[in-house]
Amino acid sequence: MKNFLKYREIWLLAAIAMLIGLISTRFPGFANPGNLRQVFNDTSILMILALGQMVVILTRSIDLSMAANLCFTGMVVAMLNAAHPAIPIPLLIVIALLVGLVLGAINGLLVWRLNIPSIVVTLGTLTIYRGATFVISGGAWVNADQMSADFINFQRAAFLGIPVLSWIALLVIALFFLVMTRTALGRSIYAIGVNPTASVYAGIDVGRTKFIVFCISGMIGGLAGYLWISRYVIASVEVANGYELNIIAACVIGGISIAGGIGSVGGAVLGALFLGIISNALPVINISPFWQMAISGSAIILAVVLNARGERRQGRIILRKAEAA
Amino acid sequence: MTDPPAPRHIPDRLDKPLSSAIFSWEALLVVVAVAIFVVNSFASPYFLDPWSLSDLTFNFTEKALIALAMALLIISGEIDLSVAAIIALASTMMGMAVQAGAGTPALVLIGIAVGLGCGAFNGLLVTRLGLPSIVVTIGTMSLFRGVAFIVLGDQAYKGYPASFAFFGQGYVWWVVSFELALFLIAAVIYWFVLHRTSFGRRVFAIGNNPVAAQFSGVRVDRIKFILFCLTGLMSGIAAVLITSRLGSTRPSIAQGYELEAITMVVLGGVSILGGAGSILGVVLAAFIMGLVTFGLGLLNVPGIVMSIFIGLLLIIVIALPIVWRRLRGGRFA
Repeated sequence: MKNFLKYREIWLLAAIAMLIGLISTRFPGFANPGNLRQVFNDTSILMILALGQMVVILTRSIDLSMAANLCFTGMVVAMLNAAHPAIPIPLLIVIALLVGLVLGAINGLLVWRLNIPSIVVTLGTLTIYRGATFVISGGAWVNADQMSADFINFQRAAFLGIPVLSWIALLVIALFFLVMTRTALGRSIYAIGVNPTASVYAGIDVGRTKFIVFCISGMIGGLAGYLWISRYVIASVEVANGYELNIIAACVIGGISIAGGIGSVGGAVLGALFLGIISNALPVINISPFWQMAISGSAIILAVVLNARGERRQGRIILRKAEAA
Repeated sequence: MTDPPAPRHIPDRLDKPLSSAIFSWEALLVVVAVAIFVVNSFASPYFLDPWSLSDLTFNFTEKALIALAMALLIISGEIDLSVAAIIALASTMMGMAVQAGAGTPALVLIGIAVGLGCGAFNGLLVTRLGLPSIVVTIGTMSLFRGVAFIVLGDQAYKGYPASFAFFGQGYVWWVVSFELALFLIAAVIYWFVLHRTSFGRRVFAIGNNPVAAQFSGVRVDRIKFILFCLTGLMSGIAAVLITSRLGSTRPSIAQGYELEAITMVVLGGVSILGGAGSILGVVLAAFIMGLVTFGLGLLNVPGIVMSIFIGLLLIIVIALPIVWRRLRGGRFA
């Protein structure tokens, strides 16, 4: 039982349950399964973005360009769809993944080959990708009436009573879970975050692994690009402006240490859900949505304070073990 | 194993010989600045007008004021992403004060005090609780701007007194705006503090090795706290300037300034990992960013496309010395 309580995910789950309980006292319908399914669906995009960001943060890096990547890739697929409505949606998704991959690979190459700190690289590419969106679109919007019905409805179609968007999120969560817990890549990602020097001696190619995580976050950004545009049915240069910080916030609330090495798929998902529940709940309990920013800000600060406690304790335990050995 | 001989003479100042100044980061920035200046003056006939050049400075002075303090903070190994949100909150508070009938001196005081208070809040969280500043300031960024949104919603404050307009729109002498004069004075002060005082030396020491600095008797947390307060203070001053220049307050004011200020700092040669950098570099980087955006503006390039150039400039200027070093076989490493 004591071991069980050590998992941050359990505490986060409890916090989310409490949050839902609290909201239910003001709006009883909130906790019913239909509504929770809706909340999950609304949060799907943030969840998969948080997972992409998580693998980057685990390696002591950061990807500030994810939202700009989302914006660029979303514009590319929206323009493709507007110009050639015949392109099937699965192919468009593959294109989105590839475009995102290229943008991520650019970040990854700069970090890997030139050893530039990731915060600098992605700060630069953030403005470049968003500027490039303007260049390819000429500043014009792609509106709902220019998009094909398939483009808009694909993620809304229900399969076994759950929208495709939610299925995509579940699939991504499952994939990340497998990679992080069952593959050598997942293990290397954690190892690099905990101790990059030791990782080198353990035979891990740190630079190449960082390149791979940026490719992953890039592909996720691309996928989210299509999902975002088809969900909010408008593509413009302003799409997801500043959203990179929401993604990082979800990770932080989910207990992913910005210092690398600590964090889990479950944490990232729950962190995103926490933010998603707040943004969904505010309108129904009659609190102005303008409160959302301040609330998530407070949640982030609270989460860091709690994370710092947990991490410090863990550090001491490892040290004691090493001394005993 | 013998120890290397101790240097006979340890200078008080780490002034470098002229030869290294020629190959320094600042020299590279000067070359870039001159190149952009020349290109601009050929590209547009309107560029070389004193009033155009004066307008140019409004592009960067507010962000550059923050960048000065941010440079010290980044050199010490910390970062503050909440500066733009501090501007929003300070501007909102000034707007509230105007509704309550406050005069110009009170407004300035409120703006600066709110900035200082927010900086101190960041500093306390980072130093007292030992939290990573990047996450803390992502949190306070949402919190500060969130409060501005709670107060204002989709409204805006207007009706600032006429005398308040001087700070953002006034000129002290011919084409020298108040904003530019303030920035130059602040730059000299920050240069002096960082490069000519023991406080500045301590900032470098903390950035290079906080543990060693602590054992050398440096109060690491106190200095970091002061640096956060300074960054907040400069953000408060920037809030006064931008509010005065625009004459209104919206909760979305100064959005994205934090990334531009950090870009200036990094472009100015400050190591994002801490421990190295110079105020001269940051000042040059501020001018370069102003030149690029203004020059492209004269050529009718939209703002968002300019950001591509800023982004490219950032990456290329950082990558260039690394590629150069590699090509020279590590001779300049």
